[in-house]
Amino acid sequence: MTKILSRNIIRIILLVFFQIFILNNLQFGGYVNPYFYTLFIILLPFETPGWLLLTLGFILGITIDIFSNTPGLHASATVFMAFLRPLVLDYFAPREGYVPGTFPRIYYYGLGWFFQYSAILILAHHFFLFYMEVFRLSDFLLTFYRVILNTIFTLFLVVLSQYFIYRR
Amino acid sequence: MRNLVKFILNNHFFLLFLLFEIVALTLVFQNNNYQKAFIFNVSRNISGYINSHISSFSKYLDLDEVNKALLEENTRLRNSLISSYKLKVPDPGNIEFDSAWTQQYNFIPARVISNSVNKQNNFISIDKGSLHGVQTDMAVISHQGAVGIVTGVSENFSTIIPLLNTDLRISSKLKNTGYFGSLHWDGVNPESAILHDIPHHVSLHRNDTIVTSGFSAIFPEGIMIGTIEDFEIKGGNFFFITVNLSTDFRKLNFIYVIDNIFREELMELDNSADYD
Repeated sequence: MTKILSRNIIRIILLVFFQIFILNNLQFGGYVNPYFYTLFIILLPFETPGWLLLTLGFILGITIDIFSNTPGLHASATVFMAFLRPLVLDYFAPREGYVPGTFPRIYYYGLGWFFQYSAILILAHHFFLFYMEVFRLSDFLLTFYRVILNTIFTLFLVVLSQYFIYRR
Repeated sequence: MRNLVKFILNNHFFLLFLLFEIVALTLVFQNNNYQKAFIFNVSRNISGYINSHISSFSKYLDLDEVNKALLEENTRLRNSLISSYKLKVPDPGNIEFDSAWTQQYNFIPARVISNSVNKQNNFISIDKGSLHGVQTDMAVISHQGAVGIVTGVSENFSTIIPLLNTDLRISSKLKNTGYFGSLHWDGVNPESAILHDIPHHVSLHRNDTIVTSGFSAIFPEGIMIGTIEDFEIKGGNFFFITVNLSTDFRKLNFIYVIDNIFREELMELDNSADYD
């Protein structure tokens, strides 16, 4: 239990640092800014209670907000993503359910499962985030293009991280 | 009552979700533009401290380019120094020019510690604050041209709302004809902005220079903004002009904050005019 707790605390700190110090300073093409910090919500244990999930999502989002001058924007998107997580997990559950003691990772449930699961969550997060940021429908297609482009980049980083950092 | 408690317990996940969303969205809507700078006054000090450490590391990577830019600027300034000029008229008489002039603008140099170009509402943080004389509503320029306006100040750091923010409008004019309009960013391309309100009878050419108009008492008159990239008449009697911004916001490193010494006098005049 303490192991899981300490692991997640270290993970949230590392992800926030990585996001604000490196990814937020990435500027190619003017459109791309991957939001890799969403990995934290994706990797939380299956048993995480709902209230804790939402609270963690809010804290994570507001922390990112403080460092990128966007009060509430990332917080609302991350809470939305945390809200969808149990539904998505239910939808993709294997027939015999999730085995206790396992985590939502490629190592336990395979690449296909992990890809679908994280793709839907990241897409939802980015969709919410980018449309909230523009807050108008006049540039619908341009915003949609940004959502898709950034989802691809974030997803790429998330899947890649599973092979490099969390091999086990 | 018991039913209510039961309802809350049964739906606590959804209700908590609604609660968090309401809190977050209130934050979003309440801090749409200028108030944003106020809310972050406290956190600016913390994040500014951290960001200045990151940028002090990353600025080494840009040293070459910055040196070159500063050298070019120095050359230009030296060329305009009085000592580089020679008197053309043999005897100018005994007119004393020195006492006829007084300083209007004071420049405060600063370094950019965080910056973005890929959002709809970008912000820039700099490493100078109220201790160094920076105040809100001062103009900010770089060696390439106009950058933005100071919106929030703490003791050691300030936040700037740059041209690349859909909330900002800057009064600007055509350098050659003097017609003025308002310039704003449409949130698409960090290299260009849109100039409105130029009447359609004005003759325009590509690469005409756009400068600040100096009407707002924030920017001095004649600060370079950019050049005309394209123009068309769109609905009505006004041009829709695409301006190629002269400042490269992706490579912003050193900037100057401009203090208009006569601003308070101007503001007082404006205010007293309102009472009549």
